[in-house]
Amino acid sequence: MDLHRHLDDELSSLRDRVLLLGGEAELALERAMYALSERDSEVAREVLDHDDRVDHLEVEIDRQCIDIIALRQPAARDLRFVISVAKMAPVLERIADHACNIARASIDLNNEPELKLVFDLGKMADHALAMLRAALDAFTSNDAQTAREIIKSDTAINDLYNHIFHRLIELMVTEPATATRDARLLFVAKHLERIGDYVTDICELTVYMAEATFIKHSN
Amino acid sequence: MAPRVDVPERREPPSAPSETPSTQPKISVRDLDFFYGRTQALHNIVLDIPERVVMAFIGPSGCGKSTFLRTLNRMNDVIPATRVSGKVTIDDHDIYAAGTDVVALRRKVGMVFQKSNPFPKSIFENVAYGLRINRVTSSKSELAGRVEQALQDAALWNEVKDRLKMSALSLSGGQQQRLCIARALAIRPQILLMDEPASALDPIATSKIEELIFDLKKQYTIVIVTHNMQQAARVSDITAFFLLGKLIEVNATEKMFTAPNEKLTEDYITGRFG
Repeated sequence: MDLHRHLDDELSSLRDRVLLLGGEAELALERAMYALSERDSEVAREVLDHDDRVDHLEVEIDRQCIDIIALRQPAARDLRFVISVAKMAPVLERIADHACNIARASIDLNNEPELKLVFDLGKMADHALAMLRAALDAFTSNDAQTAREIIKSDTAINDLYNHIFHRLIELMVTEPATATRDARLLFVAKHLERIGDYVTDICELTVYMAEATFIKHSN
Repeated sequence: MAPRVDVPERREPPSAPSETPSTQPKISVRDLDFFYGRTQALHNIVLDIPERVVMAFIGPSGCGKSTFLRTLNRMNDVIPATRVSGKVTIDDHDIYAAGTDVVALRRKVGMVFQKSNPFPKSIFENVAYGLRINRVTSSKSELAGRVEQALQDAALWNEVKDRLKMSALSLSGGQQQRLCIARALAIRPQILLMDEPASALDPIATSKIEELIFDLKKQYTIVIVTHNMQQAARVSDITAFFLLGKLIEVNATEKMFTAPNEKLTEDYITGRFG
């Protein structure tokens, strides 16, 4: 077997693993938001139980990246791919961590009287999920253009977060009895906002991988 | 009263090294073609090599990189039925111009080969040889001083200073190669051409040669042909990729190995060539 085919197989396996991790992060977020909106603590606990698998996948990807760098010494586009994956795996793991935090918040909220979710939390979560899916697709297809568009769309999540933040602060002032629950929802909104930032990081890595261009911190 | 706390001063980070240390070409090649009989080995090579950098030539076997290296000190002149056209200038002097003193050229442009080739003489005499035939030194003490300096520059002095009269053939392969480098350095060239200087050496001896190359670039312009791409990445500032006698790409080494401009280069350095 040609050496480069061997490397291609390893890179392909690495790609599969990172997409698996992305899928796990996506599912964790989707289920955590379901647990919150449907007041289903059982689903929230499943999200938490499943987090070990996400952590394990991240470690496997780390190890695989180190092995490829040490044993295959990739260069050019292969090197950029491996470096991008090595940096992307912890980002996806953190997205899953935020999903776990949302699941924990939902368990706490489900133990208290229902608070009408009049806010745009669902909309915010839908947007974050759509961004994450599109970012993973852009990564798979090496599509820097789409990655750049996704980065721009993060402002929508930030706008929703600001809106929700002000609404919840108003509520805390006008209805102090619900302040604890409002604060928990505020944390959920913050987790979603951070997920938007992490998706932006993934897209920046995709641009680097595709074009060897660093756009991080370039406004 | 609380003690006054000074505001920590902001420190500027050290500036990043520039991609290419110098832009002034030491060697300038224009429209160079080279033929072995009717076979054209090099096609229209255009290349500038800045002063005091290490430039690596990479490419598959038979791509012309060693042939091109040898055009830089006219070592191909000794091969029958070869022909060169175009221009190679070193310090603005056309080395193929009529009347060029080829011996003087090779003093200025030293060469180290793939296989170490010490003379069957003592370590001292190997280094002194070039100085003697060129009548560079006027006294024994000056000769001894130049030999010592060359051995120190080649990072060999500490290993051989107590056995200078021993045969050079008693040295290890790596030491013999550094002796050959010392021999080349003794006559104080400005440019050092290296044709796969570490390909026959073990990793430790290779590492010593690579460290030496790194140190030598402070004083010399170094051009190295290597099949080992990791070696090119480790030692060179600029890398040139050759294919089928053509110069495909020249780039800062870090750019070449992370984001080359040409697809052919990318295919070669990622092992997907052919």
